[in-house]
Amino acid sequence: MSTNDIRAYMPKGDLISLLILAVLILVVFPLSMDIFRLNLVGKYLTYAFVAIGLVLCWGYGGILSLGQGVFFGLGGYCMAMFLKLEASSPEATKIQSTPGIPDFMDWNQITELPWFWEPFYSFPFTILAVLIVPTIFAYIIGAAMFKRRVGGVYFAIITQAVASILTVLIIGQQGYTGGVNGITDLRTLLGWDIRTDSAKFILYFVNAGLLIGCLLIAQYIRKSKLGRLLVAMREREDRVRFSGYDVSDFKIFVFCIGAMFSAIGGAMFTLQVGFMSPSFVGIVPSIEMVIFCAVGGRLSIFGAVYGALLVNWSKTTFSESFPELWLFAMGALFIGVVMAFPSGLAGLYKQHIGPRIRNTLATIRRDYLASRANAKSQSFATD
Amino acid sequence: MRFIPTLPTAARASRRKFICWLASFSASILFTSSSFAAPATSEVNTTGLAVTDDTVTVGILHSVTGTMAISETGSVQAEKLAIKQINDMGGVLGRKIEYIQEDGASDWPTFAEKAKKLLVNDKVASVFGCWTSASRKAVLPVFEQYNGMLYYPTFYEGLEQSPNVIYTGQEATQQILAGIDWVVEEKGAKSFYLLGSDYIWPRTSNKIARKHIEKLGLKVVGEEYYPLGHTQFNSVINKIKLRKPDVIYAIVVGGSNVAFYKQLKAAGIDMTKEKPLLLTISVTEDEIRGIGGENIEGAYAAMKYFQSLDNENNKSFVKAFKEMWGEDIVVGDVTQAAYLGPWLWKAAVEKAGSFDIDKVRAASPGIELTTAPEGYVRIHENHHLWSKTRIGRAKTDGQYEVVYETEELMEPDPFPKGYQ
Repeated sequence: MSTNDIRAYMPKGDLISLLILAVLILVVFPLSMDIFRLNLVGKYLTYAFVAIGLVLCWGYGGILSLGQGVFFGLGGYCMAMFLKLEASSPEATKIQSTPGIPDFMDWNQITELPWFWEPFYSFPFTILAVLIVPTIFAYIIGAAMFKRRVGGVYFAIITQAVASILTVLIIGQQGYTGGVNGITDLRTLLGWDIRTDSAKFILYFVNAGLLIGCLLIAQYIRKSKLGRLLVAMREREDRVRFSGYDVSDFKIFVFCIGAMFSAIGGAMFTLQVGFMSPSFVGIVPSIEMVIFCAVGGRLSIFGAVYGALLVNWSKTTFSESFPELWLFAMGALFIGVVMAFPSGLAGLYKQHIGPRIRNTLATIRRDYLASRANAKSQSFATD
Repeated sequence: MRFIPTLPTAARASRRKFICWLASFSASILFTSSSFAAPATSEVNTTGLAVTDDTVTVGILHSVTGTMAISETGSVQAEKLAIKQINDMGGVLGRKIEYIQEDGASDWPTFAEKAKKLLVNDKVASVFGCWTSASRKAVLPVFEQYNGMLYYPTFYEGLEQSPNVIYTGQEATQQILAGIDWVVEEKGAKSFYLLGSDYIWPRTSNKIARKHIEKLGLKVVGEEYYPLGHTQFNSVINKIKLRKPDVIYAIVVGGSNVAFYKQLKAAGIDMTKEKPLLLTISVTEDEIRGIGGENIEGAYAAMKYFQSLDNENNKSFVKAFKEMWGEDIVVGDVTQAAYLGPWLWKAAVEKAGSFDIDKVRAASPGIELTTAPEGYVRIHENHHLWSKTRIGRAKTDGQYEVVYETEELMEPDPFPKGYQ
């Protein structure tokens, strides 16, 4: 790829945004926070994966999915199953009536590991499953909907129903899934204790690296022909179809990408937080994820990251300071954002901060040029 | 000395101001009178907990927002009352108890996050909190990793015995066996219909109930579960009418209770006639406020505490509770168990002569409380409480009338042999 190509995919403004974000995540946060707070930021950033996916689906493709929690959860559960099997060695579980199976199965009178748990003994399989299972699921939903030209609000409602169904399924099959409690008490990853401070530190950077990777992929999609097609579909689906494109394929593709991003976030969540439960799968968390994206600005992949950070950080801070009133503060934040900056943090940046920075830069540059011109003319004068 | 930190969850700033004020005030007492002889902080706190010369900080971790807030608020109130009373009596090892309250927001990961905050950032000496099993399971690894101490108030399914938790509510066998024995002996019950919300506690409890019923040679004619928050019970009510069990054994939880009891009544099942009889282990006085006394009149409940218990401890407890939180408040089983938490912790700290978690843990088994509102309790080796089980019958005013009480304390048995 020549420099010009890179330019085309990463214009100066986006490059600056990416660099600022990278410095913030990779340098400023780790230096300024203790490991407890850093781990929390790591958790917030796992939601940013979902928010980036939503920017592509919703902001660009116009596909509002209210069920991203499904994919976040599937990714998280795949990882949790692997970790749980590792934590359930026969020695560690010898007080159970059937040692060697996860504790919640034992509580539910299951005496044999179910067949679909077996492959999760393998780490490579788990990594593949984290990426593939949610994507296939998204493909099935996407194909079923978009091929039949179901879109807009109907699609949103159906994704919401899927989220609800999956929650009921997980809770109902508690012998196989851990039910409401979820899969808890995860200890090691390939023998490496993920509960220690050093592990949390390393996981934070792995997470940050993956996030930046996803941002680059998203940026590539956004600037490619596919990105322009997505916008065209959002604005006038018919015209794109009349131009000879199969609209549904593009929609399915971007929906699958969003699902895969969410799944990576879910898996990293499980690793950093140490458990997975149906409370990340249902309707409420899925809608919250849309809120992260809306607060950040649904047309900006970088804004999405800030949105996830801001909303979750406020949630933590408000609830620590006002344990009984914090929900009102959160409500006020959402109302404030929607009323004052309908296009989110990114819109705020674009309308107010961006121009100001540009003006300042321009002024500095003008002054510099002027002073140089001055100096030149003076030097002429002295000659 | 009534300078107690009964802060109504004020903002950080004002709390800090209050602590400063408290510190200077207690310091002035220290200087003016030498009667205050607390052991040196370096002796009672060797692991860097939040203990100063005149305060010790503990954590309160319950949901005050979200769906569980209605249940957990009583526990928060009870814990604050106990802390206030302990401070009135001079505190623990000469130190006033300060508390930091965090909101679990009915969300299990939030519980884990806040638990970690309390243990790692705030270095609290003990945490009183959690309500649902799911929230306890979520915080458990945190408490075990950072070696904290949790006092957990809810009656629950058992199958757990953590060195970092003291379970002040009853585990399943304590609640279930006595209740079933009673309906079999007193009421001649022969057949049971088991019913519950769909999660680990009702399922495990019903499993124990079923095994016990079958051991007695009696019959279970149906067993069914509904998701949390479910509000349509007509189909199960029809099945109950069809199969005519002697006992409906109901472990419906939370908001579903309101729909369930109203629909039972609407379907013409009059519980005062005891045909069938209804026995529950999940409806305390708190839930009846939502259900309405007239809808549940005549139902029986098996648990360890009812507000109407007739003893001196309980009368003064209920009085103090109402003084602090208002006349029309009710006190349920879990609220009472939550009240025991700070007292049991105080007793263990004083027995150990130290706030260190390991010493408090070692001192805990055998700790007795003669002043408990439910009567005498004692901590078992397995970190659960020896306690009596009572049967209450619901009245229209939302209170239970106690009709039976086990003679002996029931031994807690979180891993019951033959019931798993």
